Amino acid sequence: MVAFTLNGQPVSVEAAEDEALLHVLRGALGLSGPRYGCGAEQCGACAVLVDGAPAYACAIAASSVAGRSVTTVEGLGSPDAPHPLQTALLAEQAGQCGFCLSGIIVAASALLAREPDPDDAAIRAALDPHLCRCGSHNRIIRAVQRAAAEMRA
Amino acid sequence: MSDLDRRAAPPGKLPGNLATNPRLDRWLAFDAAGHVVVTPGKVELGQGILTALAQIVAEELDVAMARVRLQAAATPDSPNEGVTSGSLSVQDSGMALRHVSAAARAIHLQVAAQRSGVPVEALRIEDGAFLAPDGRAIGSYWAQADAALLACEAPVDARPKPPRERRIAGTSAARIDLPDKVFGAPRFVHDLRLPGMLHARVVRPPARQARLVDLREGALPEGVVIARDGSFLAVVAGSEHDAERVAERLAARASWQATDTLPDPGALADWLRAAPGDHAVIAERDEAAGEATRTIRATFFRPYVTHASVGTSCAVARWQNGTLEVWSHTQGVYNLRADLAKALRMTDEAILVRHMEGAGCYGHNGADDVALDAALAARAVPGRPVRLLWSRAEELGWGPVSSAMVVEIEAGLDAAGNIATWREEVISHGHSSRPGRDPNPTLLAVEYMDPPRRIPNAINPPLASGGGAQRNAIPAYRIPRMTIGLKRIAEMPLRCSALRGLGAPVNVLAIESVMEDLAAMTGEDALDFRLRHLDDPRGRDVLALAAEMCGWRGRAKREGFGLGLAYARYKHTGAYCAVAAEIEALDRVVCRRLWIAADVGEVINPDGVVNQYEGGAIHGVSMALKEQVAFDRRTVTSTRWEDYPILRFSEVPTVETRLIPRPEEKPLGAGEASLAPAVAAIANAIHDALGIRPRAMPFTPDTLASA
Repeated sequence: MVAFTLNGQPVSVEAAEDEALLHVLRGALGLSGPRYGCGAEQCGACAVLVDGAPAYACAIAASSVAGRSVTTVEGLGSPDAPHPLQTALLAEQAGQCGFCLSGIIVAASALLAREPDPDDAAIRAALDPHLCRCGSHNRIIRAVQRAAAEMRA
Repeated sequence: MSDLDRRAAPPGKLPGNLATNPRLDRWLAFDAAGHVVVTPGKVELGQGILTALAQIVAEELDVAMARVRLQAAATPDSPNEGVTSGSLSVQDSGMALRHVSAAARAIHLQVAAQRSGVPVEALRIEDGAFLAPDGRAIGSYWAQADAALLACEAPVDARPKPPRERRIAGTSAARIDLPDKVFGAPRFVHDLRLPGMLHARVVRPPARQARLVDLREGALPEGVVIARDGSFLAVVAGSEHDAERVAERLAARASWQATDTLPDPGALADWLRAAPGDHAVIAERDEAAGEATRTIRATFFRPYVTHASVGTSCAVARWQNGTLEVWSHTQGVYNLRADLAKALRMTDEAILVRHMEGAGCYGHNGADDVALDAALAARAVPGRPVRLLWSRAEELGWGPVSSAMVVEIEAGLDAAGNIATWREEVISHGHSSRPGRDPNPTLLAVEYMDPPRRIPNAINPPLASGGGAQRNAIPAYRIPRMTIGLKRIAEMPLRCSALRGLGAPVNVLAIESVMEDLAAMTGEDALDFRLRHLDDPRGRDVLALAAEMCGWRGRAKREGFGLGLAYARYKHTGAYCAVAAEIEALDRVVCRRLWIAADVGEVINPDGVVNQYEGGAIHGVSMALKEQVAFDRRTVTSTRWEDYPILRFSEVPTVETRLIPRPEEKPLGAGEASLAPAVAAIANAIHDALGIRPRAMPFTPDTLASA
């Protein structure tokens, strides 16, 4: 059994010693936001926050988050109470297939938490570990800037 | 407006895919709760097509978009619209739905008029309610939701609204699928969870041609099932974790007899030239022309490239009472059903295929293959749904690739500086192995099942259908004497199929590079030289607009930077696009800015078109600068992102896109128009910066050093 805080709620779940956090989140815990893209920390589709810092859920064992706090895109906001980044992504229509967005939103939220007014280069650097194949990068960057402005206001 | 004012439809046949699926109720229904239920045969590939279709329907019916419910395509009830491909969805499905909606509107108004006694021409519609001239509601689609009203064939004379009266089609409506995606809601086939669902993974052979000769016995965790058919090997387990771990163990227990079948990767261009194939002359022109006094020859090359979708291919399958159900991100539910039936030796009727979204799709990727993989895995556990997910290595290594190509051009100028002659030879595999079109199935696993079946050689569709390798091979410019040849290679060591643009990226690169060199020989500006040889006014307009956007006329040479232009009309019948690219030559080439001028005829959703043009162009930057499939004599070796890099956030250029509005023209499709001109514009920008002519993709320091 691994016990941790998931999106603000305590959870306790059966997991093999080396079972990836991603599989536990998508499996027993029933989430769909964190996504499998590569299983090797190379695309960012699975990104979650562990104690506020971005982490690759595909490559860390669920057992390693025992007692810690995990936040996924579902925990950042919901249609009723969206995170400013989610609102901004919709306002900018910043996505095509959207498969990469969960991880990008998570990474961008960590960026804005430590740097409320990032410039273009800082946003690109923070999102560089994240692959988007549809070519929505520029819209996503604009959405992060819009969310940053919203959060500073 | 009254319905009698409507513009008469052109006489003759039904538009788009309505011609082959003429019944109205196959496309559209109303329900009493106030919804329009639309059942297109086209599917969402991540490019927003469902939103555009909803806009078209809402427009013609005069209902709010929120009332339109789009049902994902599924056999056997959706209209068979073939494959969602070729940037044809607005033309094929959108124009069908526009006609269907206009017909449904007319039928409903007629009924309302008869029932109320108010003349039909006096009725108007407000969000689905039928209003008399005094504002009294006398009915609605919802009150008349009786399905029998639409149980008929579409009349040929339905009259859609004239362009000037459109209020929803032509606006940037928000994507209907995007909210789910920013909140992480289940939307993709990957997210499907059915009661009792199991998880499966495939154990791939070490070579394209390989036979599983031994699988050593060994312990398996409880509940794990092996699904084997000849040399196809998969594991089914209760969790993803178990499926992955057991697949690794099985791989270590499997012995394969493998054969070298792939060409020498170091001499791919030579292999393409020497390989046997069938040859055709696809265009020939012999008009009066001046004698060519100066000629140039050049050869262009692109290696194999692949889809590299961020999500991997996935399907869920379940066998129950002799029926196979499959949930798939296929581009064509009927085509997939046909090939599943052939592969599994079943009837079409015994298979149900339901579409669910996958990660971004840019052509024929592993979506169909994984559906057969899932079906084979699920056959080992009857009654249980099985979700099979490809690994990243499978996605990059086992999906169909886009053909490597060689394009050779010899072009000549007459004494007056006009293009007089043009000889071109395109060497390529076929560009389509899509399922559902050949008597033999084209799904990956059939080559490993017992008995193994050879996947048929990929085809090049005829030019009238857009072509394959020869797509955009014929220059759009005025050239009096030309011969364009095409060799399709007879064998296919790596399975090739359709990827965004098909042959166009290499053909447009070749043509637009040669155009620049010809311009240089005349001493003329490359834009002027193009405009002087281009008769199509819409083509001239996008070229002039892109040049204006990038400041072409007033440009100043900057050390280390280059500016390049390119133009193409996709498939010669589709959307127009001109791209200007600015590159910076550092230790490698970086694309800094793109300016895109676009003309897609009627625009259903301007923001969606801009998004597609920009995304396609960024795909082009990635293909131009980074992408190539690596392989050895047995199999693909670029199976991790670090071996098959695509463009990242830090490398993406800023992009400015402008649309030339043509509301009276036919819609032309936006998804693929910008990729090829982006590739060619980058090549021309590199030439501008460095004075060398890039002829081999990708334009890396290595290939540029040998240019």
